Amino acid sequence: MTALDPAALLSPLAAPDPELLRRLHLRLETAAGDAGALDLAYTTIGTPVGRLLLAATDRGLVRVAFAGEDHDAVLAALAATISPRILRAPSRLAEAVRQLEEYFAGSRRRFELPLDRRLSKGFRLSVLEHLPDIAYGRTESYGQVAAAVGSPKAVRAVGTACATNPLPVVVPCHRVLRSDGSFGGYLGGPEAKAYLLGLEAAA
Amino acid sequence: MKPFEQLVTDHGTTVLRICRVLLGPGADAEDAWSETFLAALKAYPELPADANHEAWLVTIARRKAIDIIRIRTRTPVPAADLPELPSAHGNPGQDDGGLWRAVGALPVRQREAIAYHYLAGFPYKEAAELTESTPAAVRRAAADGIAKLRLIYPRRPGSPATEGVVK
Repeated sequence: MTALDPAALLSPLAAPDPELLRRLHLRLETAAGDAGALDLAYTTIGTPVGRLLLAATDRGLVRVAFAGEDHDAVLAALAATISPRILRAPSRLAEAVRQLEEYFAGSRRRFELPLDRRLSKGFRLSVLEHLPDIAYGRTESYGQVAAAVGSPKAVRAVGTACATNPLPVVVPCHRVLRSDGSFGGYLGGPEAKAYLLGLEAAA
Repeated sequence: MKPFEQLVTDHGTTVLRICRVLLGPGADAEDAWSETFLAALKAYPELPADANHEAWLVTIARRKAIDIIRIRTRTPVPAADLPELPSAHGNPGQDDGGLWRAVGALPVRQREAIAYHYLAGFPYKEAAELTESTPAAVRRAAADGIAKLRLIYPRRPGSPATEGVVK
């Protein structure tokens, strides 16, 4: 007779059901929220422009990130700049997910979400605050945006503000084009910018 | 500092194994797991950057589990609820219920040694530091615990059942 080695003997104790871990995670999300210990909640959603990461604080949506930005890197940056008390907690993002789904379905023209703007400051913030004034389906040039925020010569700085928009899609930096009508850069890549402009033109 | 979600992903299973071996695979272990990660989340921003996350989490888990064991032992247990003697028959490796009951009947120190060394994979030295013991004592407690469990599961799965002697 061969005695069981400890690993084999204990193997029935070693692997908890994945369903149990999911249930415990859900319980942690709720308890952390109730205790005020959840500084950042996030989730990801599949969209026609790829998988988007959505992150929110108790003040509102703070970050939207394209897959190309590397979601792990984005979360690490949020841990460093806002707080490492981060959990995947989809229920906290349910309203943002719903409005984005409506937007991609062509049935929503304006986002009505509380936004946490803490990742933007100064001139960049004033540029980003102007962008929702560009109507759905319309575009402005970098120069027009610069003029609208009172610094007509700051065309390059407008480009930088758009390129570092922490809330793409929701804050419509895709509606800003070069003065010759070409796209200019976009965080999500030129295909994503073209897709969003096409979606808005068609609706 | 890593996002806390990463700690849950990386160490949630290990913490749950430890809670279940110390408390049994029921509601108490789930409570201990939940309390562990909630307490850790609250304290996380103050944790030194070079801290060992796994050791930190299993230390909190042990404290939560011991609190629960203390509450339990202050509550008299009716004789009818004493653990049944596990059957020597059945299907080793699948008869979780019997194995769990046998683990539950071990002294806490033996359960700890098995949980930390065999299920969480800590070397005896580290398991001793985490459970306020000595490497020799942890080694002995783990060996004694395994020996008792072997009385219930003396053979490899698939070999013919024998009369187990359980005292």
